[in-house]
Amino acid sequence: MKKLSLTKNWLYIPLIALAIFYLLPMYVLLITGFKGFAEIDLKTMWNLPQGISFDNYIEAYSKLSPSLLNSFKMVIPAALISSMLGSLNGFILAKWKFRGADFIFPFILFGMFIPYQSIIIPLVQFMNAAGITGLPGLAMAHIIYGIPITTLTFRNYYASLPEELLEAAKIDGADMLGIYRLILLPISIPSFVVVLIWQFTSAWNDFLFAVILTGNTEWPITVALNNMAGSQIISWNVQMAGSLLAALPTLLVYMLLGRYFLRGLLAGSLKG
Amino acid sequence: MLKNKDRYLSIILISPSIIAVLIFVYGFIGWSIRVSLSNWKGLNPDYTWAGLKNYLALFSDPRFHIDVRNTLIFTGVFVIGSMLLGFFMAVMLDQGLRGEGVFRSIFLFPMAISYIVTGVIWRWLMNPAEGTRMSGLNLLFTSLNLDFLVNKWYTTPTWGIAAIAMTAIWQMSGYTMALYLAGLRAIPHELREAAQIDGASEIQIYRRIVLPLLAPVSLSALIILGHTSLKVFDLIIAVSGKQLPLDVPAIYMWQTTFDGLFYGRGAAISILLLLSVAVLIIPYIRYTLKTEAEQ
Repeated sequence: MKKLSLTKNWLYIPLIALAIFYLLPMYVLLITGFKGFAEIDLKTMWNLPQGISFDNYIEAYSKLSPSLLNSFKMVIPAALISSMLGSLNGFILAKWKFRGADFIFPFILFGMFIPYQSIIIPLVQFMNAAGITGLPGLAMAHIIYGIPITTLTFRNYYASLPEELLEAAKIDGADMLGIYRLILLPISIPSFVVVLIWQFTSAWNDFLFAVILTGNTEWPITVALNNMAGSQIISWNVQMAGSLLAALPTLLVYMLLGRYFLRGLLAGSLKG
Repeated sequence: MLKNKDRYLSIILISPSIIAVLIFVYGFIGWSIRVSLSNWKGLNPDYTWAGLKNYLALFSDPRFHIDVRNTLIFTGVFVIGSMLLGFFMAVMLDQGLRGEGVFRSIFLFPMAISYIVTGVIWRWLMNPAEGTRMSGLNLLFTSLNLDFLVNKWYTTPTWGIAAIAMTAIWQMSGYTMALYLAGLRAIPHELREAAQIDGASEIQIYRRIVLPLLAPVSLSALIILGHTSLKVFDLIIAVSGKQLPLDVPAIYMWQTTFDGLFYGRGAAISILLLLSVAVLIIPYIRYTLKTEAEQ
């Protein structure tokens, strides 16, 4: 019963006001980035650029490109491996329950809510003792602490599938791995997209693990950007351009695959 | 019926994950608790027993009092702000207006970027400089003749943390909107239609029918936002660095542990942080799984 009445058009006033609130930072980010060094002045930060210049982006990129690369090197394996683990775990917890499966699930779930401060001291000690440092250590942390959310998302999806889907295959003599590979995996692609996006975004945006587990040659983008922002030498316009570079990969994913991003968000509140 | 082979296989396949979670979540929490009960201060681990000394020291530590106060202000502003804004945005977008998808995307995009990026941008927008050095939002307000809005933002005494909470609202209110919108869409249209036929006004329908039906969504939002605000860390670091007036437990923990090497004290802060999160999250997980099982 959707009705489009004229009386509701006034809603555009608050909606547009809110849209301005959300877009204001992006406006400053974009126009600052495109200004030439000569027009940079905090007093004119709201004015449109007089021409298109890439000075700020070039400067920011030259400073941040190694850490952008570090982020990709760490995020891609982290997202892939934790998604695969989550799919397998979700399948077992939803469709191949062993005794105690229902008992184990909430214990796994709790892991996605803990403040990571409460495990960070042992984590650093452990990683150093095991000799897993830098980017591999960081990727490993994202994989392990990603297990709860990836398991949850897949479990909820698999639990929603009808049992008959599996029964037929079982009668045909397929074993557990056969069912997973031949029946569930092919229809899991949308869930994989959801989980991959989620893991990509959260690992890319993470700061705490990154700042503690990596040294300055292996800093991912969040740490490098934060240090750039804290430095007195690098001016605000380059920081703004750097912020856009740091946000661009996840923003692009959001723009292209927003629907899946949203499903990941909703899964994160435990609502499948 | 599970065949034995498949039962063993499923246990073998899930074991690495369960063992990893056991060690890296529960084992490490236990290890942190042990550190919090020790005298460890310095580069080398020192597990000599200190009892509750580190906790007691925190309870009488003025810095920790500031942290608790800041967390309370931040949580209040952030949770109430995000829930109200998220709810009203969802209700407005549920009216079937043209361009709904565009607004939804605009409200939600900050969720895709990191707290560090949000912090770096807002730090320049909330520049507290005055007079001829004025810039950012204060400059915008002045040029729009809205001088009464000019303020010191995150450098405001006592309430500066509320300015940071506002940037967190900017980032997370879209998420609350998405939760509420999903909840609104799940309410059967017949319910609202029936109430309309009975002569209920729009406001009555929302108060008597929609809001009660959205209670589980509100609970989710409350818990998720509440536990996020207890953990706030990167956003404050990116806006203001590590300044005492904007200190929170997560920053205190980080500084005292990794800058001050006072591991015992840092671990104690982290365990208090964990307890405050657990009080919210454990009942929530139990409640969610119970309602799921009932369905």
